[in-house]
Amino acid sequence: MSEAILQVRDLTMTFGGGKRGPLSKRTAGFVAVDDVSFDVRRGETFGIVGESGSGKTTLGRCILRVLDPSAGSIRFHPQSETPVELVGAPTAQLRKVWRKLRMVFQDPQASLNPRLRVIDIVGQALQKSEGLKGKALADRVGTLLENVGLRREFLHRYPNAFSGGQRQRLGIARALSTGPELVVADEAVSALDVSIQAQTLNLLQDLQEEFSLTFLFIAHDLAVVEHICDRVAVMYRGQFVEVADTDTLFRAPQHPYTRALLQAVPVADPRARRKRSDLSEPVDIGAGSGGCNFAPRCPHATDLCRATRPPTRTVAGADVRCHFAGDI
Amino acid sequence: MPQIPMQTDPTEQPMIQIRGLRTHFFTDDGLVKAVEGVDLDIRANRTLCLLGESGCGKSILARSILRIVDAPGRITGGSILYHAADGRTVDLAAARPGSRQLRSIRGSDISMIFQEPMSSLGPIQKIGRQITETIRLHRQVTKAEAKEEAIDMLARVGIPRPAERFEAYPFELSGGMRQRAMIAMALSCQPRLLIADEPTTALDVTTQAQILDLIAELKDEFQMAVMLITHDLGVVAEVADDVAVMYMGKIVEKSDVFGLFETPSHPYTRALLNSVPRIGMTTHERLPAIRGMVPHPLARPSGCTFRTRCDHVMPGICDRREPRLKPVPGGEVACFLHDKETTDV
Repeated sequence: MSEAILQVRDLTMTFGGGKRGPLSKRTAGFVAVDDVSFDVRRGETFGIVGESGSGKTTLGRCILRVLDPSAGSIRFHPQSETPVELVGAPTAQLRKVWRKLRMVFQDPQASLNPRLRVIDIVGQALQKSEGLKGKALADRVGTLLENVGLRREFLHRYPNAFSGGQRQRLGIARALSTGPELVVADEAVSALDVSIQAQTLNLLQDLQEEFSLTFLFIAHDLAVVEHICDRVAVMYRGQFVEVADTDTLFRAPQHPYTRALLQAVPVADPRARRKRSDLSEPVDIGAGSGGCNFAPRCPHATDLCRATRPPTRTVAGADVRCHFAGDI
Repeated sequence: MPQIPMQTDPTEQPMIQIRGLRTHFFTDDGLVKAVEGVDLDIRANRTLCLLGESGCGKSILARSILRIVDAPGRITGGSILYHAADGRTVDLAAARPGSRQLRSIRGSDISMIFQEPMSSLGPIQKIGRQITETIRLHRQVTKAEAKEEAIDMLARVGIPRPAERFEAYPFELSGGMRQRAMIAMALSCQPRLLIADEPTTALDVTTQAQILDLIAELKDEFQMAVMLITHDLGVVAEVADDVAVMYMGKIVEKSDVFGLFETPSHPYTRALLNSVPRIGMTTHERLPAIRGMVPHPLARPSGCTFRTRCDHVMPGICDRREPRLKPVPGGEVACFLHDKETTDV
């Protein structure tokens, strides 16, 4: 496999905590991303799945450096350029990085400025970074629109003239405008209807081939992730509990949480009805409270799990964070 | 969960018979035909799934039954016959809005749960108060009896420490717990029909599984009819006995759940089934997406509304007349491909 375009090491993001004032007590804060390490390889689609609150969006925002991680390192390696350390990088340096590292957001309604025309929404980065304007800008944006399956004539329309699926295409065109290498897609198809979702997934795959893109694909829909991703990380309470090739992860999940998650997904086959998971309700504890984060809900939890954080081990081709992976 | 759907007696009268229902919205921009000529039966002790994409009219159809369609929408035609337990028959479509009759049915005989449990529970009243209010509105019980029933109901829907949660505010509960509280409220008067509008769409999959199980369990226990509105084929496959597929305000196919997944008849149903990635079936290849998009509601195509996206469109037939639901083995379908009379002409 090719080299890494992104190397994340021991990344931690804590919200709040510390002392608020001279008289307040020191609090622990909420650990949203907890000691996460992984590589994204050039040209692949790396998926991050997890339920709401698992920290997947926060992780994506840390990588884009919209948030300042509390600890750890994120090395981004664009082609034929020297690798950049994103954690602690000054904004001036990040501005250059942000041309190669782009984002597609979930809500196509909220992520497009309703008062700007398409040419300004999609072309904003080109105006700022390359100083394009007039006909040159219109040409470039027109081509981008065609790349995402929209018509050139849409240049001077406002976002409200478009359907949800078309708006998401505008968001994708905007991400593509600066010739990115890594695109972080945070729930990029979640808000779309099934027929539009299929079109958008196909578009992403076509664009990946055409522009040699690498995707970091954050989603909660396991079927979509299985369809589009080469490798998948399962996130639970800020940690990667399992990372594996898509086929390995879906055929032979190792972590009890991955299993419960897969079992809970409704299968579109009425003859396959079965008893679903008996997973208990999530318990409200902050991440990083001693033992394994999943122990309070895990059917296999022992005293060891409640006392000691499990290390990441490689079991049957998967990197699993569980004391008993391989035995259960 | 039962593997085989319960046999229904075809002579048994459905609990609700919807005939030719039209719910239109008189907007400033024009007339939106949100529900346009729907025929549908709802039977006791069965789960009917209403399947469709956003904007197809599935929620408006459900709201029409309860007569809670917001202005500028109103029912402009058709009937919704409700056969009550005492043998009376009420046409809900013709009932006067706000009438005593309608209010006595709503929340008691027929109740509804919504997608967003946070926005459908009052934020400033305790959970318990909201449930006892419903009970005391419809039945002659004392406050203490209502409280006891409410706590029983909270326990019944799987809320731990129900007596404590009776005193909780909605914001103190998680999303799954809020939806359970909502279900407890909806079931507090033991309705004969529960309408659930995307009840699990806002929830995580593990929570969704629990809520779907709960609804199925309670359906069997109370012998209710359940009408579940969803866009998720997985949910349909897991819980439905019968399915009605909607597209642009019309039902295009009705079938039992096995027929729908095994021998879908309408091109839209087939395309929908093909366009969804399924776990364990993936090839990483392109998905067969439905081309184009749903037409604007103010620009309904003439004839069959799906013809602009249909791979089997027959010029001269599909654009001339609207297909009506015709019986096919296992169900009914509104498509000229299955309509002998038209294709033979």
